[in-house]
Amino acid sequence: MKDGVNGVALAVFIFFFLAVTVMGFLASKWRKAENENSLDEWGLGGRSFGTWVTWFLLGGDLYTAYTFVAVPAAIYAAGAAGFFAVPYTILVYPLIFTFLPRLWSVSHKHGYVTTSDFVRGRFGSKGLSLAVALTGILATMPYIALQLVGIQAVLDVMGVGGGEDTHWFIKDLPLLIAFGVLAAYTYSSGLRAPALIAFVKDTLIYVVIAVAIIYIPIKLGGFDEIFAKAGEAYATVNPATEKPRGALVPGEAGQWTYATLALGSALALFMYPHSITATLSSRSREVIRRNTTILPLYSLMLGLLALLGFMAIAAGVKVANGQLAIPQLFENMFPDWFAGVAFAAIGIGALVPAAIMSIAAANLFTRNIYKDFIKKDATPEQETKVSKLVSLLVKVGALAFVLTMDKTVAINFQLLGGIWILQTFPALVGGLFTRWFHRWALLAGWAVGMVYGTAAAYGVASPTQKHFGGSSAEIPGIGEIGYIGLTAFVLNVVVTVVLTFVLKALKAPEGVDETSPSDYTADAGDRGVDTELPKLGASTH
Amino acid sequence: MSEATTGKQPVITPTRIVIALCLAAPFVAMLWVSSYAKVEPLFAGIPFFYWYQMLWVLVSTVLTMVAYKLWQRDQRARKGGDAR
Repeated sequence: MKDGVNGVALAVFIFFFLAVTVMGFLASKWRKAENENSLDEWGLGGRSFGTWVTWFLLGGDLYTAYTFVAVPAAIYAAGAAGFFAVPYTILVYPLIFTFLPRLWSVSHKHGYVTTSDFVRGRFGSKGLSLAVALTGILATMPYIALQLVGIQAVLDVMGVGGGEDTHWFIKDLPLLIAFGVLAAYTYSSGLRAPALIAFVKDTLIYVVIAVAIIYIPIKLGGFDEIFAKAGEAYATVNPATEKPRGALVPGEAGQWTYATLALGSALALFMYPHSITATLSSRSREVIRRNTTILPLYSLMLGLLALLGFMAIAAGVKVANGQLAIPQLFENMFPDWFAGVAFAAIGIGALVPAAIMSIAAANLFTRNIYKDFIKKDATPEQETKVSKLVSLLVKVGALAFVLTMDKTVAINFQLLGGIWILQTFPALVGGLFTRWFHRWALLAGWAVGMVYGTAAAYGVASPTQKHFGGSSAEIPGIGEIGYIGLTAFVLNVVVTVVLTFVLKALKAPEGVDETSPSDYTADAGDRGVDTELPKLGASTH
Repeated sequence: MSEATTGKQPVITPTRIVIALCLAAPFVAMLWVSSYAKVEPLFAGIPFFYWYQMLWVLVSTVLTMVAYKLWQRDQRARKGGDAR
């Protein structure tokens, strides 16, 4: 970024990466695998994870390059608007508390491993199950893309790669390295590696946050100074758009956007395949509720990290690409060796979730598309092979997002994924509480939501690109600017409800529901409830 | 919240209403953006907008814990009441 390679920081960074890689390979010896080639082993770590490992895994999913790079970058760029991530994570926990124990119970009763499994069992609809699986895989891609951008930002700041005027290969080198490391890593070790490394990652992150939150404000003269300087910077009018850069507090016009982004993101989070995998691997339904009482600690961390965006402004960090703001702040403020530690924390913090996400998406494909539609009698070896291959393809998809979308507003990657994944909410959460919705109505609602959401996002222009420039647009009928994902979701629900009435009046076939009401409240120890989920490969229907 | 167990016990009880309120409160507080979109009063130099939301992380954690404890008690009482 600045002047050449930061040797010390790079050395420390590489040291941690190597240490973590060695750990990754040793991970396969941890809780020795019975059969390394089974999908169960590679994709769910043998399902032997207890409360604490699950907690780390779930925390690892939620707090990623999104937390460390994208959110502070959004604050750096526009101020208050980027802080919606804090209410978003606050709202996640009451939702988890309410919905996920029911999903745990029914899944453990019937051997469901993915949301698609549940939807098919509940509504007796392969089409709806396919829609949910495809959406999960698609929505995961931009989320992984965000992680790649995070790793790239760190490498960029350390001086690996070049400026705008260098050869394209050198310029994109950090991205290609990030991609290569991630791919090699997931392919060889599966979910075991990320689970073990999550401990290292979280420890590193806690150390870096503690230091950053105490050391940087002191060096910058306290929060008064920081907010005063940030306030001035936001008030500066941008000559290109003739609007101020941002604000310390959202104005009237921004409040709808703020609230809808928070709510939409919260509803979307636990629909992602990787969040579901982590939840279902917990030992009992109570563990999930207990976890919701400790997980919010992560939100506090997110809030503190978000404030780094203001600190970057106060410290005089000037970068054209906002994603580089925090890594650059670390490089400016910390001694080189500690900057290296911080970069390793960000890098590993992006790598682990990206691996978990691509594994979850790959499992979804293998179980609900490959086994259901392509090869019904696949052997465990074939399944593992397909999963590994798909985990690579998912990352190639992520790379495509990075290369075609505007990297300077990385938070949009996550919000785009949210627009899609939210459309599976009515089938999943609706299905957890009632069988009233008609399967065809759910499918139609999903389709309308997906088409509207994608079209609306396509239509958003930003100063740097014509399409997919943002995730908020005018809400039809209300006239305020809101998160497209939430608007599409409301549309989805309306279509689903109306069509359900119509289809019921027409007496359209409802499909077979293989679950019964008591399945949704069953806990470990009850009759017919397996603490362990069945093998991913094993057919349950 | 509405996980009705089979039997003669009522689905809606005072305990369950409290649980529902504990879980709903963060939504009301956080989505009502205009109630906290202001700079004053500052806390340690941090504008109200930011420290208020951070405070809600702690408040919502406490609320979720209360809901969890109440729910556990509710379930235990019910299990004792209807023998399988």
